[in-house]
Amino acid sequence: MIAMRAQAIDTVAELFEDDPRVAVVLAEISVDRFAPVFARDPARAVNVGIMEQTMVGVAAGYALEGFHPVIHTITPFVAERALEQLKLDFPGDVQALLTIPATEILVPGAAAEADRLVRATYANGHLTYLRTQLAVNREPRDVEFGRLLVERRGTQATVIAVGPMLDRTLDATAGMDVTVLYATTLTPFDAEGLNRELAGDDVIVVEPFYAGTLAGTLTEALRDRPVRLHAVGVPRAVIRDYGTPAQLDVVLGLDAAGIRRQIVSAIG
Amino acid sequence: MSTLTLDRDEIVRLAALATGDEKHEASSYSTLDALLVLYGRVLRVDPADPGWEQRDRFILSKGHGPAAYYAVLSWRGFFPEHWLSTFTRQGSRLGSHPDRLLVPGVEASTGSLGHGLPVAVGVALALRAKGAKGADQRVVVLTGDAELNEGSNWEAIMLAPQLQLGNLTLLVIDNGSSTIDLVPIHERLAVFGWQAEQVDGRDHAALEAALSARRDSPAAVVATVRTTP
Repeated sequence: MIAMRAQAIDTVAELFEDDPRVAVVLAEISVDRFAPVFARDPARAVNVGIMEQTMVGVAAGYALEGFHPVIHTITPFVAERALEQLKLDFPGDVQALLTIPATEILVPGAAAEADRLVRATYANGHLTYLRTQLAVNREPRDVEFGRLLVERRGTQATVIAVGPMLDRTLDATAGMDVTVLYATTLTPFDAEGLNRELAGDDVIVVEPFYAGTLAGTLTEALRDRPVRLHAVGVPRAVIRDYGTPAQLDVVLGLDAAGIRRQIVSAIG
Repeated sequence: MSTLTLDRDEIVRLAALATGDEKHEASSYSTLDALLVLYGRVLRVDPADPGWEQRDRFILSKGHGPAAYYAVLSWRGFFPEHWLSTFTRQGSRLGSHPDRLLVPGVEASTGSLGHGLPVAVGVALALRAKGAKGADQRVVVLTGDAELNEGSNWEAIMLAPQLQLGNLTLLVIDNGSSTIDLVPIHERLAVFGWQAEQVDGRDHAALEAALSARRDSPAAVVATVRTTP
């Protein structure tokens, strides 16, 4: 039986033969198996050498000219080494780094919190990612590495605000009977604190990156609890607009009104 | 190829509309003169038909400071002047990084440094693959000198001469912003097989001569911009 990778290459080679719009861009890997395409039309087949970033860039150039480029290599060389060439300006950083075991991911919501978290982690021997952005909360909190803070206690649901989303989440939940927790350390996540403070059957996370980024983290933290998870964050869509951060927050549904709307819709 | 009168003051005025800068600030943009020469004298483009198949391709790899670029595109008629004053505002087509799906005449969406040159290599290959009609079409890509620090550029710098891409021109605007001292940049590029020369980045005649030259291997023009005119 032919192996799956070999079959996929042979299929591409057949498509290359039949469709003059197919181009193949390689970075040394599997060049031998692709030999038929180089023999068929070297103008549409190029091996750039051990250069994954350039492999993706060259393929993008073919695509701009109306070709259907196919690139091929071993998974980390494209999914991670050349990830930035595959996308532009999307808030996928935390999602990417969550894949690395034992990495610490910190999202402070104010300058003083950044100071505390850097001091708490800089010499602990782990790879630590500190994510800062323009938006900050009005007042810094006494954050501790690895701890959720309790901002407000209620009974109907649990809302987790991540870093710079805290103020707007507090505004959004004003008058609602919900617990609001504040997270600045995403890994290692404070599962014990979350389980201790859990209120109601719904957990809503308000995150400053793609909605659902923390779904895996929370599923793990809540594995013994029959709760419903809801994510409020940047929608997974390509949005082509400009403006001030406040204007973009409205477009993304991440101003206080948008967050409130989504929380109300989640908990019914 | 057009032979328009190069009205530098007009480009400065248009760029200032975008940024709200005083004119003397717009005047110092390092890319302004090279872009003016490219769009006024070198590139074959048709503002009435931005997707014209026989056009030359231009990629602004250094996409993070596009005011002069937008000014030149507007000057050539790719979009109306009144767009410039909407620069980076909500609902505008003109962002702080150019988006090829929003701005007529923009070939590639850029902003993250080091992306443009590998893409330009791909475009040059694709034009060659399209056959004889593409043979004399040019692909020009503009990078900054500090942008050359990005390793992805050096991948493409190694690759392009191997592929004998005579239709590719790398235009480096050297405004002395690289922390790593790469000067003389053109000599370093020549070692990799580029036909490279250095010109005064404010000298329109020198820029036009260098950018118009036809080569049988990739060409590099290092335009040095050191003083505020």
